[in-house]
Amino acid sequence: MFEQAVAAFVQEAQEILSELEDLILGLEHEQDQATIDAIFRGLHTIKGSGSMFGYTCLARFTHHFENAYELVRSGDLQPGKDLIDLSLAAQDKMSEFLELGGDGPRAESLLVSPETCALIDKLTALTGAQTTAPASTETAKTGAAATEKRTVEIVFSPLSDALCNGMRPDLLVKELLELGSGSVRIDTSAVPSLDEMDPTQSYLTWHITLLTEQDRAGIEDVFIFADDADLKITEHVADEPKDTEDNAPNATASKAKSAPGGAKTEHRQENIRVASSRLDDMMDSIGELVIAQARLDAVSESVTDPNLDAMVEEVGRLVLGLRDATLSIRMLPIETVFGKFRRVVRDLSAELGKDVQLVTSGGETEVDKNVIDRIGDPLVHMIRNSIDHGIEASEVREAEGKPAQGTLRLSARQEGGEIHIAIEDNGAGLNHDAIRKKAIERGLIDEDTELTERELNQMIFEPGFSTAAEISSVSGRGVGMDAVRTTIDGLGGNIEVQSKQKLGTRVTLRLPVTMAIIDGLRVRLGKSVYVIPLSAVEECVEMDMTEKARTSGRSVLQIREHMVPYLELDPLFAQEPSQEHQRRVVVVRVDGQRVGLVVDDILGQGQTVIKSLSPYHRDLPGLGGATILGDGRVALIIDVATLVRWAETQHGANIPKVA
Amino acid sequence: MSKTVLTIDDSKAVRDMVMFTLEPEGYAVIAAENGQDGLDKLRANRPNLVITDLNMPIMNGLDFISNARADPAGTGIPIVMLTTESAPDMKAKGKEAGATGWINKPFDADKLVAVTRKLLG
Repeated sequence: MFEQAVAAFVQEAQEILSELEDLILGLEHEQDQATIDAIFRGLHTIKGSGSMFGYTCLARFTHHFENAYELVRSGDLQPGKDLIDLSLAAQDKMSEFLELGGDGPRAESLLVSPETCALIDKLTALTGAQTTAPASTETAKTGAAATEKRTVEIVFSPLSDALCNGMRPDLLVKELLELGSGSVRIDTSAVPSLDEMDPTQSYLTWHITLLTEQDRAGIEDVFIFADDADLKITEHVADEPKDTEDNAPNATASKAKSAPGGAKTEHRQENIRVASSRLDDMMDSIGELVIAQARLDAVSESVTDPNLDAMVEEVGRLVLGLRDATLSIRMLPIETVFGKFRRVVRDLSAELGKDVQLVTSGGETEVDKNVIDRIGDPLVHMIRNSIDHGIEASEVREAEGKPAQGTLRLSARQEGGEIHIAIEDNGAGLNHDAIRKKAIERGLIDEDTELTERELNQMIFEPGFSTAAEISSVSGRGVGMDAVRTTIDGLGGNIEVQSKQKLGTRVTLRLPVTMAIIDGLRVRLGKSVYVIPLSAVEECVEMDMTEKARTSGRSVLQIREHMVPYLELDPLFAQEPSQEHQRRVVVVRVDGQRVGLVVDDILGQGQTVIKSLSPYHRDLPGLGGATILGDGRVALIIDVATLVRWAETQHGANIPKVA
Repeated sequence: MSKTVLTIDDSKAVRDMVMFTLEPEGYAVIAAENGQDGLDKLRANRPNLVITDLNMPIMNGLDFISNARADPAGTGIPIVMLTTESAPDMKAKGKEAGATGWINKPFDADKLVAVTRKLLG
């Protein structure tokens, strides 16, 4: 029970922290009250709840942070760069506390670690002498000190509006009498005549004589919420019957403005949290359902029964609806990844001494959670590369007549079943001469190989390729882009680079919106069936094999006015050469280039549930997985990007360069 | 009939805590996320006790208390505010707005039950 509340707290704190980062970064641009209030509120919640849910160390640290924003909120402290830097560091520290999982020796030692102390010192330095003691757990009220029994006289008259405010004198009296034994007398002298009486007002005064062991504090405790009432407590055993103070409310006007209920704050939607593994399970079941439905389709084709056909059609429609609904549950706006990059860009540009602004668009584009989880790192790599190698230092930029501040654009949009993500900078662009030199040095190309600009651009994805003259801590170790391509391939996407010297570089990622179920094109090659992801397919054309003989040697096909290189799949998949005269070519797009894949026949298209290959087969180039067909057979899914690249390098099937 | 407690807090953790603590004690608990939500639920559910946070988006706790006191549904019932040590002046402000009492954060289950019993009998 309590554990549930703790789990809710942790999750909430994580959300607040990630929100905080955005808000703090937002302060850099605009210091509006709503943002400041939201930051304060977030800190306040974590501090307040922290110690309740066993995160006292976190709460104590947050206290200092909150103090700073208390001053910002009241306008006594300007949120300058110092404070923002400090806030980000403090926010990181809070995450650290949260990760430690509550109070314990580790949290304690983190709280007193030099780094934490330094942060606290800086925060307290900002807030000056105004810091109050950390909100440690409330000082325990000293309970009933065991004193001897004595008689206490209590005279109590509530404020006239106390009843409206929910005060219940009867409960107070009852509570008092539980402290010992005594008698109660009610003074009704102030009660006006009936026609003058306001029934919501209190006119009574209670006189209570109590025989109790309870000390004064214990009795005052009963009236804790009635501290503004007229209360007199007289102790008779004590030597001097001293009058108690009238507890006048300390209605000191406060300096802090009460939080204006920020109009900017959004109304939160009612959400349910579900472990993502449950969604995965659900997706698996839907996958099985889709396969079963394909089988049902296949079976129904061999049976002529209009009733069955109608049912099959209906089930098909329902399955499709269910699939789409389930997929949409797994969709998250890509903003969840983009948001993180503001921090990355800020930290990196500070580290490298460059002035870079990040502009994002299309953050609302929705992508499957599995894809989101995996593109974060590749994107960070590319952003690093852009800032490190792409965008020049301000002086260089100014000398070239560019604005001193570099711009990094991150955009996303959906196109059919694909999502396109572009990372664009207005920096120096790729240095083609350097890339060429490096490629020759690495033995990737011969000295006399002619490469198009596009091919030179693609070189940066080769393993171990880095042209950064100097290896910085940020990038330039040549592992980045290679790893990026591997990840993108793994997601069934592809990556393309465009670059203009001195103008900048744009890297475009094309990813499938989801990885669980795709639309696939079923093709036949000999007796086997393969599936080509429909998202990669541009068109299908026929190819007359007798005509092919005429263009012997050059595996190029003329499609309308364009020349398209093609690959015959049978030798690649070690199948018997096809004897068919009329074959089909599926034109796919790989790394921005059109390539034809020659197959025997096109069987149709349909939903394809991707099953991963066994660990032994996972690394086979050209294959992205397997699926089960309606007739129960297994078909391999072609990963066109790796297939084409593999054919280029391994199989000597040199794809002619077509401009 | 069991008495109804309305908890108003923008933190789900706190709302859960109130719920998990008071329900086993025989109280019915309803939850609201901010002052405005709280007012709506106050009118709709006529709770016997309200426990409200102060610092909330959309409508803060003080505004909630003033509005509640101006409403028949909010007159005569105890309203408890959740305060922190770091804002002592909030108690006075809350009282002024019409709060019956307060609970200092952090609080534990025992304290919550004690205050609820104190105010609801």
